[in-house]
Amino acid sequence: MSAQEYAFVVLALVGTVAAFRLVTARNVVHAALYLVVTLAMVGGVYLILAAEFVAWVQILIYVGAIVILFLFGLMLTKAPIGREALDNQQRGIALLVGLGVLAGLVFLIQNAFHWSDPKIQPIHVTTGALGESLFRQYVLPFEAVSFLLLAALIGAIVLSRKDERS
Amino acid sequence: MISAVPGVSVFDDWFANFWVVLVVKAAAVLVFFLVAPLLVGYMEHKVLAHMQARLGPMYAGRFHGWAQLVADGAKFIQKEDVIPAAADRWVFSLAPAVALIPYIVLFVVVPFSNTIYAENLDIGIFFVMAIGSVNVIGVLMAGWSSANKFSLIGALRAAAQLIAYELPLVLAAASVVMQAGTLSLIGITEAQDRYWFVLTQPIGFLIFMVASLAELTRPPFDMPIADSEIIFGAYTEYTGLKFAFFLLTEYGGIVALSSIASILFLGGYRGFLGIPDPLWMAAKIGALSFVVIWLRATYPRLREDQLQRFSWLALIPLALLQILVVGFVKVAVG
Repeated sequence: MSAQEYAFVVLALVGTVAAFRLVTARNVVHAALYLVVTLAMVGGVYLILAAEFVAWVQILIYVGAIVILFLFGLMLTKAPIGREALDNQQRGIALLVGLGVLAGLVFLIQNAFHWSDPKIQPIHVTTGALGESLFRQYVLPFEAVSFLLLAALIGAIVLSRKDERS
Repeated sequence: MISAVPGVSVFDDWFANFWVVLVVKAAAVLVFFLVAPLLVGYMEHKVLAHMQARLGPMYAGRFHGWAQLVADGAKFIQKEDVIPAAADRWVFSLAPAVALIPYIVLFVVVPFSNTIYAENLDIGIFFVMAIGSVNVIGVLMAGWSSANKFSLIGALRAAAQLIAYELPLVLAAASVVMQAGTLSLIGITEAQDRYWFVLTQPIGFLIFMVASLAELTRPPFDMPIADSEIIFGAYTEYTGLKFAFFLLTEYGGIVALSSIASILFLGGYRGFLGIPDPLWMAAKIGALSFVVIWLRATYPRLREDQLQRFSWLALIPLALLQILVVGFVKVAVG
């Protein structure tokens, strides 16, 4: 095995254990913290695939923003301080949904590589090249996504605004 | 002694073996991180004291109390490590490390000359922003796990503030990146060979400094640790070495954001008068750190709602305008 594969095994093991603890943790804040570990490990996998930019986007957006908003929301609303348990009693359904998603993803990924053993060849892509292709080749999808996000943003503002007349 | 090959790290030049280089780089970054924040901490003691017409530390180490922070460190080590009975032990103990480590890792990409640096990442400034944003998780962990209302309020204030000021920080950095045409910190420094970017983007520089102060929760943006309102915010329950870690995080953060600001706007290690590059870099970091301390002695604390308004209604629109202007000029000139 190459050094990359050893690194992948370590990252995958830690990520999987954290993901398992994430769904079995009885405390929502602990669950959110395990989510940080899982997402960071996914970032690590991008890093060993030499996709530096994607890896640090993963850290900036998921770890640095989304999980922090999760934690913020949880602490602002109902996270018990200390060691109290919290459970929504929906493990059966969650297990079914999880297994379904796993089966779907395994099928899709294997299908994409024609059910053969995919060869991994990390190619180093500079950020400049990434920007070029994003803003030349894929500029229309990029703008479409931006527009969608802008619509979501405005929607959130409209929903959270207090009605001035009443 | 120092390699003359620009663009090659001295550490790569001196040693051949990959693992040796790795260990030496890690050690160099760690040593710098352990020394520079102590200097800034000592500067804070002395500068604040003189601004308030008193002497500050004078005894430790005989000469003007230079060893005060070493003595403080020895004191923190001796103190009892108290964990509140209701606290979440694991999260409580991990929080200082989660808060501290991002600022150590950040120095991996900070260049002190075109040969003295650990790594010249292609995405330098982006790496800095990504790693810097992890620090908030440590503060949130500390506040929640302490099982103390004041800690929790402090952590929530910190998170709201850091989310609000992350945006102007990133936008101000982005407009510099647009002008320099590169994300690499060495690239940005070299792009300022004729003039510093503070001359073309003075508003961006101000936005970046203000947002940095808020990111560091330094006065006048220190609501998360407002001692007269919520004791010491997220750090209220911490004692001994763990508390010292949070203090180190604060001073390390000052050094980190001062170095990033000097690279983005003040030409980084580039200087004139024939003074060596690392000295220029150190001087710029020192000068910006001094400003950070100076502001603490000058301004009173903002109120929580004023702080949020200031970011969303003043800094972010200004930063967006800056980006727009830089974009127009870039297209018109280039």
